[in-house]
Amino acid sequence: MQFRINGKSVQVDADPAMPLLWVLRDLLDLTGTKFGCGIGACGACTVLADNRAVRSCVTMARDAAGRDIRTIEGLAGDTLHALQQAWIDRQVPQCGYCQSGMLMAAAGLLAQTANPSDAQIDAAMTNICRCGTYQRVREAIKLAARSARRSP
Amino acid sequence: MKRRAFLLGALGTGGALIVGWSFLPPRSRMGDRDTLPPMDGAVSLNGWLRVERDGALVVVMPRSEMGQGVYTGLAMLAAEELDVPLARVRLEQAPIDAIFGNVATLVMSLPFHPDDAKSTEARAAAWFVAKVGRELDLQITGGSSSLRDAWLPMRRAGAAARAMLLEAAARIWRVPAGECSVVEGEVRHAGGKRLQLGELVGALREVPLPSEVTLKDPKRFRLIGTPAARLDVPDKVTGRARFGIDVRLPGMLYAALRPCPTLGGTLLSFDGDAALALPGVVRVSALAAAAGCAPAVAVVANSWWRAAQALAAVRADWDPGPYAGFDSAHLLAEMNAALQNGGGFTYYKRGRGEAALLDAVQVYGADYSAPYLAHATMEPMNCTAQFAHGRLRIWAPTQVPSILRDVAARAAGIDAAHVEVNVTLLGGGFGRRLETDFVPQAVWLARDVSPAPVQVIWTREQDMTHDFYRPAAVARLRAGLDGKRMPFSWVTRSVSDAVVPQYVSRAYPALAMDMPDRTTVEGLFDQSYEFAHRQCTHLTWKSPAPVGFWRSVGHSHNAFFTESFIDELAHNAKADPYDFRRLLLARHARHRTLLEYAALKAGWGRAPNGRAQGVALHESFGTIVAQVAEVSVARGAIRVHRVVCAVDCGTVVNPELVAQQMEGAVVFGLSAALYGEITFKEGRVEQRNFPQYPVLGMAEAPVVETYLLPNGGTPGGIGEVGTPPVAPAVANAVYRLTGQRLRSLPLRLES
Repeated sequence: MQFRINGKSVQVDADPAMPLLWVLRDLLDLTGTKFGCGIGACGACTVLADNRAVRSCVTMARDAAGRDIRTIEGLAGDTLHALQQAWIDRQVPQCGYCQSGMLMAAAGLLAQTANPSDAQIDAAMTNICRCGTYQRVREAIKLAARSARRSP
Repeated sequence: MKRRAFLLGALGTGGALIVGWSFLPPRSRMGDRDTLPPMDGAVSLNGWLRVERDGALVVVMPRSEMGQGVYTGLAMLAAEELDVPLARVRLEQAPIDAIFGNVATLVMSLPFHPDDAKSTEARAAAWFVAKVGRELDLQITGGSSSLRDAWLPMRRAGAAARAMLLEAAARIWRVPAGECSVVEGEVRHAGGKRLQLGELVGALREVPLPSEVTLKDPKRFRLIGTPAARLDVPDKVTGRARFGIDVRLPGMLYAALRPCPTLGGTLLSFDGDAALALPGVVRVSALAAAAGCAPAVAVVANSWWRAAQALAAVRADWDPGPYAGFDSAHLLAEMNAALQNGGGFTYYKRGRGEAALLDAVQVYGADYSAPYLAHATMEPMNCTAQFAHGRLRIWAPTQVPSILRDVAARAAGIDAAHVEVNVTLLGGGFGRRLETDFVPQAVWLARDVSPAPVQVIWTREQDMTHDFYRPAAVARLRAGLDGKRMPFSWVTRSVSDAVVPQYVSRAYPALAMDMPDRTTVEGLFDQSYEFAHRQCTHLTWKSPAPVGFWRSVGHSHNAFFTESFIDELAHNAKADPYDFRRLLLARHARHRTLLEYAALKAGWGRAPNGRAQGVALHESFGTIVAQVAEVSVARGAIRVHRVVCAVDCGTVVNPELVAQQMEGAVVFGLSAALYGEITFKEGRVEQRNFPQYPVLGMAEAPVVETYLLPNGGTPGGIGEVGTPPVAPAVANAVYRLTGQRLRSLPLRLES
């Protein structure tokens, strides 16, 4: 199957029913995207598909093929994404396991809503973090939104 | 290693050899140059530190990073004494050696009240246990003990290394060492000469380890006490951070499991032929029960998803075993009935204990309960193993590498010396990764597919239904009151299973025995409220449910019981709950001051309209935390808006790490307080994934504010201490708001 991942075309011998998560992790060694629940409930596996956040553990390979997939490994360009820098500035991660998914969900949010309100953040950020980083995630999203406005 | 074997042997035979050993001085934790494996172009300074040719300072890391910031906190201790910038520190996993054994967590497991810590009895016991601990290579990350344990050894290692740097430079320059200093990671001479660390490698080889070391005066700390950035964060925002599940090795295979669905069940037969015919499948195996894991069937394939898919084609017949009728609702009823009866072990008694209740004008009593809880770390259990040429290599997210090594060696039937343990980052621990149940599974599968490495990954459903749960507990608290309704006696009786004996029987079956377990009563007997008469009794109630260490362990439920009950006593006395607590802490200025600080920062008594405040104070793991929760109730749901935490943890090593741990511990505790409940029915756990075991999300997370009252001395624990007070603080606020006194967790309002 043909995928477009982090701006590159890749050819993978994958079962069409294989979730994108396992295509990324087991076939492409892109381990930044995490397995958390397997039912799309926790968000650890969040990636962007055509700039929208999707949960890759419940997105089948056949549905991902042909879409522009972006994972945590492809979030930064030449420099860190504004969200990654804000994550560092606000010292968001603790164990860090859910943070790839958090960042990708936040990237999906900012792609749709440049200056999200608290209610919009609550609605978009349904990822689970057992370390309880929510407060810093919220602050970092707002910080990134501000810095992105300053340097478009 | 020899000394350890000797000691354990002596303990085992109850021997007189112990007497001779006890006259030896405690073993040094400095280590020597041989502690670390030799490396070309680098020089070890002691067991903890090495200087590389490129000028990096390698700090050897004996503790596991599971989010609590231990990599950063421990590195700060060494960097402080050495005056090397934190950015120049490189971390490397410690070998398994007694110098890295966790002594503090053993000492903290002793059943002494903090008020008695200076007594001869407590000091003698602490000295003895610390001495034993120095012989054991128990590399445990748990009990909020890492900084407390390393506070002296890591700084001594740093200070000794600093003296060696000065001596090495002095020899190169042929000047007295006293004229040299370490500044920003380079050695400088008063005359202006400078040498980088990497330039000292050769000379350092000739410098002997100093016989005495002088630690910095805390007044001169430049790094300790600052909000230094975490060393692990950059990799955690780019996806580069490697957790156990991210281990990738050439030719690696993946395994998916189906464990026995009922507690104590066994595998009768299985048929894997249909699965073996599926693409990518390499092997179907049956796995025995060991180290606490259930028996299972496993499929090994070239991707985890294929293994998991093929598992559906495996037919397995289970004997449900002796506990197929086990029901936790029935168990709780039995435990509640046991509250009425006598028996149990009295962990603590002061004054006339329970007998003093007879003198009371009024005896006030209340019964509380708490359910089983799962850990639900974000990273499901996993373990990678490779068995080749008689050597076993393991990669695991673990809190206990040395115990894991022993369990793996036992499973493989080889000597522990032939087992290599690689500790990865942990995607959450919370006590779950003190267990080693996933290790024999990986070892046996690695033997089946040897020499290929294999990675075992559990599903979330397996993780949730095959956990070692926070024990369910019930307690009856009673207080004898005087004519002014002030309590002068404190009597608790609680019933629950005990974690420590179960844990020992899983990790070291040969050492299995019934034993008192401090964790059952921590939080009930060890708080600082002043009562003339006290008695705390606990009855261990064994059940088939596996129990384990869960963030803050016994404190997690006992703080709810204690701090709810104190609040009830305050209301019974028609007193403000905050003022009432201060009255009971007349001789405990540290606790009183901290409580006052929390009240000040929270604006006690000035809750916004429609909200109420609740307060709780709790000491655990050497740290005191006071919390004020601001709560509202809408459409029958409890909403927590703000939690103010005041913290006295002695010396603050990194205030940002403390704030992070408070934020995390509050969310963790609130998930349990508002939703957390694991139930068993017909020998199975009923909750299978996050929809049945909800945890707090972004939209429900309160604002958490952290305020520190540093007090000097050894740092107290931080990773767990924010969890115990949050449930009672919220329950106490709910009472103020609704008049409903919720005595069971999770908190559920009557409609």
